[in-house]
Amino acid sequence: MTNDECKKVVLDIIADIAPDEDLSNVKPDVRLRDQLQLDSMDFLDIVMELRKRHGIEVPEADYIRLASLDSSAEYLTPKFNALAAKS
Amino acid sequence: MLRPPSPKYDVAIIGAGLSGLAAGIRLAHFGKRVCIFERHNAVGGLNGFYSLDGRKYDVGLHAVTNFVPQGVRGTPLGKILRQLRIEREQFALCPQKGSRVAFGPRGECVLRFSNDFALLESEVVSRFPAQADGFRRIARFVREAPLMGAGSGASARGYIREAVSDPLLEDMLLCALMFYGSAREDDMDLDQFTIMFRALFLEGFARPFEGVRVMMRVLLAKYREAGGERRMKCGVRRIVAQAGRAAALVLDSGEEITASHVLSSIGAAETAALLGEPPQPGRTLGYVETISVLDRPPSALGWGDDTIVFFNDSERFSYRNPAEQVDPRSGVICFPNNFDYGAGRELPEGFFRVTCLANYDRWARLPEERYRADKTRWFGEIQESAKRFLPALAPGDALERAIVARDMFTPTTVERYTGHFRGAIYGAAVKARDGRTALSNLYLCGTDQGMLGIVGSMLSGISMANGHILKAPAPEP
Repeated sequence: MTNDECKKVVLDIIADIAPDEDLSNVKPDVRLRDQLQLDSMDFLDIVMELRKRHGIEVPEADYIRLASLDSSAEYLTPKFNALAAKS
Repeated sequence: MLRPPSPKYDVAIIGAGLSGLAAGIRLAHFGKRVCIFERHNAVGGLNGFYSLDGRKYDVGLHAVTNFVPQGVRGTPLGKILRQLRIEREQFALCPQKGSRVAFGPRGECVLRFSNDFALLESEVVSRFPAQADGFRRIARFVREAPLMGAGSGASARGYIREAVSDPLLEDMLLCALMFYGSAREDDMDLDQFTIMFRALFLEGFARPFEGVRVMMRVLLAKYREAGGERRMKCGVRRIVAQAGRAAALVLDSGEEITASHVLSSIGAAETAALLGEPPQPGRTLGYVETISVLDRPPSALGWGDDTIVFFNDSERFSYRNPAEQVDPRSGVICFPNNFDYGAGRELPEGFFRVTCLANYDRWARLPEERYRADKTRWFGEIQESAKRFLPALAPGDALERAIVARDMFTPTTVERYTGHFRGAIYGAAVKARDGRTALSNLYLCGTDQGMLGIVGSMLSGISMANGHILKAPAPEP
């Protein structure tokens, strides 16, 4: 998985948990909560969907890594690739 | 003899009202094994519904507060829809037509308000020109306050008086906000004030055509889909505490179950009672409500299009536990017919509901005959009091002739059907905002956590489930 594919995965999840948000212009290097109305409850949902849909675990201490699309991709892409290598 | 192994849950929720169900959906959605225990045979709690002589009634619902139209972001309604993955359309909320606060012996001093805040603002500017700036300052303060309150406990009256110097305006604003959500006498917590000001004035009122049961059906379906369990007519009789934790729950059936976390929506004092703690004597506020079913819509009777009318006939507005059984001087009139249900959609019958403050002790333990006689007498007095704030009807007995059925609840009715001590529908005067209790794995949600109203209760269940069990990080990423 590439970083861009990973960003797409995260955006797809956000589209489902926040259907009322316009995601067409999300800047990858800006914190998600600075450009979208997402609060800590919504981030909890992103973490849950990553686990439910993709089997990716994000421990509480690492939530901060999901701050922007760039930081999410940097953190999650190796996890996706490690998972793919195992199966 | 060996006992069968007790069921073990991740989370046990006490009470299937709106907060318990919302918490349950959230937790089940996250893969927790959840069970809701409800003593009653119906869900809904303080916002349930019932049938009587073939008619359907809502228990608590006058209006869903916190209503905003599609597209308004960052509001409590938007948050619960997101968090529960419910489509807006599923709740089928129809906006109010318009409401007012009416003061004076004949209701001559009026502030109209609607789901458009500009109406209330213009009413304040025209009736209280000298207070316009102060009022706008309050509105700005509320807009900037956190959605769930900061837990300060400061006095709302104290705050209002810094901005507004006319006691009439102060009382008119507080009358509406207190009747829809204050458990504290003659004042509100500033937090509660900001929550209610937003819920009633900045946002607004709506109602599903078929009442609160529409919302309950949606929640139940969600809960079931997410894999949540539910046991009805199966209350919790006792919480067994061990080493600072809720170790087990003893059910009404005598069965014992265990859970890693327990979320109680039944109230702080009611939860303490399950732990065997003696009841704390505290002042609570009770309410009576009269419901008259009419053979025509209230507008056809000549009463116009008001959705809700908050009224008070006295010089100062008193919001206290009354000395008599009922204080009919002030109250709330609700016409469920007067929501905008869409072209050609009208409720099949007219409804005229009036709520007033009531004294629990003066209603409790009355002999059956006396209780019934008192109800009948007060029914008439409450209706007469409320009529003063509505257009006069001709002939004088037009209302009596239009009534086809009556019902009334008192604080003892509320206590009997919801289990809330003393019929205190808004719970204790002091709220446990963080939901914590003396036991490390037992939390409160619902009325005594501090969020009120339909949307507020759901938000309470959601935020307690997130914060204590699913562990939302703080601060946010």
